[in-house]
Amino acid sequence: MEGWDPTTKSTLTQIPLLTVKAGPRDGAAWTQRLKEEYKALIAYTSMNKSKDNDWFRISAANPEGTRWTGKCWYVHNLLKYEFDLQFDIPVTYPATAPELELPELDGKTHKMYRGGKICLTVHFKPLWAKNSPRFGIAHALCLGLAPWLAAEIPILVDSGMIKHKDDAVSTSES
Amino acid sequence: MELELKAVLSDLQNLNTSLSDPSHQASIDQIRLRVENLTRLAMSEPTRRSKVKDMSAEVVDSNPYSRLMALQRMGIVDNYERIREFSVAIVGIGGVGSVAAEMLTRCGIGRLLLYDYDTVELANMNRLFFRPEQVGMTKTDAAVQTLSEINPDVVLESFTLNITTVQGFETFISSLTNKSFNQKKEGTGVDLVLSCVDNYEARMVVNQACNELNQTWMESGVSEDAVSGHIQLLIPGETACFACAPPLVVASGVDERTLKREGVCAASLPTTMGVVAGLLVQNTLKFLLKFGQVSPYLGYNALKDFFPTMAMKPNPQCSNGPCLERQKEYMLIKPARDAAAKAKMEEELSTIEIPIHADNEWNISVVDDCEVDAVNAQSSDALPEGLVHELPTADVYKHPTVSNETVDTVDDLEDLKRQLEALNAD
Repeated sequence: MEGWDPTTKSTLTQIPLLTVKAGPRDGAAWTQRLKEEYKALIAYTSMNKSKDNDWFRISAANPEGTRWTGKCWYVHNLLKYEFDLQFDIPVTYPATAPELELPELDGKTHKMYRGGKICLTVHFKPLWAKNSPRFGIAHALCLGLAPWLAAEIPILVDSGMIKHKDDAVSTSES
Repeated sequence: MELELKAVLSDLQNLNTSLSDPSHQASIDQIRLRVENLTRLAMSEPTRRSKVKDMSAEVVDSNPYSRLMALQRMGIVDNYERIREFSVAIVGIGGVGSVAAEMLTRCGIGRLLLYDYDTVELANMNRLFFRPEQVGMTKTDAAVQTLSEINPDVVLESFTLNITTVQGFETFISSLTNKSFNQKKEGTGVDLVLSCVDNYEARMVVNQACNELNQTWMESGVSEDAVSGHIQLLIPGETACFACAPPLVVASGVDERTLKREGVCAASLPTTMGVVAGLLVQNTLKFLLKFGQVSPYLGYNALKDFFPTMAMKPNPQCSNGPCLERQKEYMLIKPARDAAAKAKMEEELSTIEIPIHADNEWNISVVDDCEVDAVNAQSSDALPEGLVHELPTADVYKHPTVSNETVDTVDDLEDLKRQLEALNAD
């Protein structure tokens, strides 16, 4: 964890770690794991809110809790850029991390795999592998998605690849 | 098409004879010439060959299998035609998978199962197999199109899905266990699974499926810099599974501000991909048709033309549950396996009982292997007096006891969901 900024580090230590090693095919054990996932997400979301650093919404899109959808946003130059966020829990979870997708950005940056899967190979996958099964969805958002947005969104905005929704409306009207 | 054109010609002939006015003669002749031209063009169009019922060794230009059947005459393969009974599943129809599929198709494999969720792109054209006019098609559809033209005898089944999702995995498992092609076959419905995927997650999924089904499979991979690759044979319980020895994990803590911007685009070469596909299918043929030595692992370093081989034993502390079960099963049948190996050795020995040397001037005698083993075992297990091992001997991995601790204040899934939704609401 050397090299990570102190804020991320202190946030990370406050997200509860998970204990149940179970994937979506493990029946009752997966329900147990799901409970831990919720607890970690609740803790992380309320911590973000209390620090005025709220930046995502995520909820299970099916009763089994294998597909998740929501939104995430990033503020750059006082403008808020919001994107759809979605991912599946892989069958080999938690040995392998979920592949976070921002479908609206598909094809706009090369730091992304087909279908809008953000590239986590360098900065996140090794951490996940080392900390499996203690890391969960909340950790993936904190250590995988947050740094990706911080690194990519400013570049995408400055290069004109993405426009703020107010600008997009005004240009389409004119 | 030919019949239609012939009909047009005869219609023209009739029209010509029925018309009394000779002024139309010239234009009718012109139409006739054009139709004849079209007929010739139609004749030169590629025709699809019909299916072949039995593989023949007859050496004629029209026999697609004569060169393959010659392997029998050369004494390499006992019964080449057995290849038509085999089913092979190929996961990932990319640079390696597509070429492997074409090789097996040309070899006349019985059935191929193809899995991929991607579509063909222009960026794939630096590799073999896919053609520019197939851009936009799913890789599975494009592969079936080409392969069925090359060899209509092969039964092709394609699955356009992502095997890492729960639903995709279920379809993957059920397609592997389906025995409709060869009902007499033991175990699963396929003889071998070839993993030709490009990422760790998908490999772990193939590993999971094969460990659960006790299905032998082969792994293949080409490095991101396109100058090295490998193939590996994985027999659940007998050799290391993909989770037994996880890839070297180096957590190189990266500051988000210094996050590399080189991009995720990996390099690739048609040559390296072709070599690895060739090695993979060669090992597959040796495994299926039982000739030569099947490599447990074969590496390829293109820069130095270095081909390392090695064998890996399974990890008794592997994190994959089904892998440990397969290891247990393999240990249980060890006595039977040893007896079979001994019987085979003795059979080989009994055939050469003639003394090779008449005299034995230096009193050289052959010591039984078992005795040497016993001596070695003793020397490695028992230490001389006064010495102790620094590390404890391996014991069973202790699973963390969690079930009791997780019971705390809130423990209802619906309640937790509501809590998160409440947080999401504002």
